[in-house]
Amino acid sequence: MEKKKLIYLDNNATTPCDPRVVEAMLPYFTEKFGNAASRSHEFGWVAEEAVDYAREQVAALIETDAREVIFTSGATESDNLALKGAFEMYARKGKHIITVKTEHKAVLDSCRRIEKMGGEVTYLDVDHQGMIDLEALEAAIRPDTIMVAVMWANNETGVIQPMKEIGEICARHGVLFFSDATQAVGKIPVKPKEVGVHLMAMSAHKMYGPKGVGALFVNRKAPRVKVTAQMDGGGHERGMRSGTLNVPGIVGFGQAAEIARKEMAEEAQRLSRLRDRLEQGLLKLEETYVNGNPDSRMPHVTNISFKHVEGEGLMMTFNKEIAVSSGSACTSASLEPSYVLIAMGLGDDLAHSSIRFSLGRFTTEEEVDYAIEAVSKGVNHMRELSPIWEMYKEGINLEEVEWSEH
Amino acid sequence: MAYSEKVLDHFNNPRNVGTLDKSKKNVGTGLVGAPECGDVMRLQIEVDEETGIIKDAKFKTFGCGSAIASSSLATEWLKGKPIEEALEIDNMAIVEELELPPVKIHCSVLAEDAIKAAIEDYKKKNGQA
Repeated sequence: MEKKKLIYLDNNATTPCDPRVVEAMLPYFTEKFGNAASRSHEFGWVAEEAVDYAREQVAALIETDAREVIFTSGATESDNLALKGAFEMYARKGKHIITVKTEHKAVLDSCRRIEKMGGEVTYLDVDHQGMIDLEALEAAIRPDTIMVAVMWANNETGVIQPMKEIGEICARHGVLFFSDATQAVGKIPVKPKEVGVHLMAMSAHKMYGPKGVGALFVNRKAPRVKVTAQMDGGGHERGMRSGTLNVPGIVGFGQAAEIARKEMAEEAQRLSRLRDRLEQGLLKLEETYVNGNPDSRMPHVTNISFKHVEGEGLMMTFNKEIAVSSGSACTSASLEPSYVLIAMGLGDDLAHSSIRFSLGRFTTEEEVDYAIEAVSKGVNHMRELSPIWEMYKEGINLEEVEWSEH
Repeated sequence: MAYSEKVLDHFNNPRNVGTLDKSKKNVGTGLVGAPECGDVMRLQIEVDEETGIIKDAKFKTFGCGSAIASSSLATEWLKGKPIEEALEIDNMAIVEELELPPVKIHCSVLAEDAIKAAIEDYKKKNGQA
């Protein structure tokens, strides 16, 4: 194999900025540096105008009113604001929130905090494909339920939840519906109003925009939703999120949204073709399984378990050539296997053997072919080193071996 | 996390990968760890019955780079050692040699356990345990 530059297949962790986004942002660092909240001079007006335009661009992507877009520092902040902000705002209605075990840490940890603040949270299970059970969701709704929080698409597996059906259940019971749509916005059509989502978190850097900027969609009419600000200050963003607006970041987010709106359909088609090519190439290896729901998932993601090979070791065989992640980037600093895959019922051994490949706007067919070759080589190498692969090949039932847990 | 040069060297060129014939009386096998925990090590020694010296050592490991490097290093250290001396190999010596970070210390513990288990197996087979 000819040595090439490092291939990036970790676009669910972050995406590179599109050069068109950077170009749009640049003037707002230097000559158009004003504070969007300065009402008394041209510098402020120019910045405010740029923010308004970006708000329109983001709103157009998700087909909402611009006034429903609250800019934040990213999806983690949006998740915190939606959950804790609604918990505070709707305290008189109740204290119960329903979410799912496979949510992002920003949602799960916000829920843990809410429990410490006296709230009650139900964590729904998922099936082996990562899908929630709609009946279980409906059964979990109580008179004091404020909100249902279900992510649009999962970061580790790309699995897309039945948003419309969840929205109908929430509407029927008069419960707010919040969705972390970070992985879906800009990649597939995401229209919160169409499916009855009242609050929705998004992030610019997952869609070829800059890091450090995101938004929370907050429904304005029927129902009019409000969340209690989690930071005190100047009352920016309709009083829900204080802090001087990150004008260059917001301009970049807007530009990224506009590009996504125009190019998404074609890009999704191209990426799903490449993803399928990658998947088919890798599934030629023995004892290799795709995790997730093949009928309801993002076009650019695949999560694969290579049985009897440990994920971290496997990545080491090709991490000079290909950048991927095992588990999610947010949890891979710890040595625990992915809680998302565990929730789907994968054994710890298969969860330890999984790799997430997430393709992006700049991924080429040549890179995919190279990845198939390098990963296959790595898997074969690691299996030669693996005692459990040898035992499996000898026909030993690994379930019956007495392992020394440590 | 960045790996040390030594870990990378053992990972990229693992020493003594393979399988010894377990049915032989002078071969001891240690299998430690569990797939659920993300690492399994199998370490084997072949002992010269007259001298009590380990004349060959092989390993296979399912695990991260540090686990593979720890077991590779262990086989290097075992070869040519009398079994009583091999029992004295301490996991911290492996940590120092490979410059393992704190989160990877368990890999060295596993290697020490594997050495002890292999020697114990040999002793058992030869009525010394």
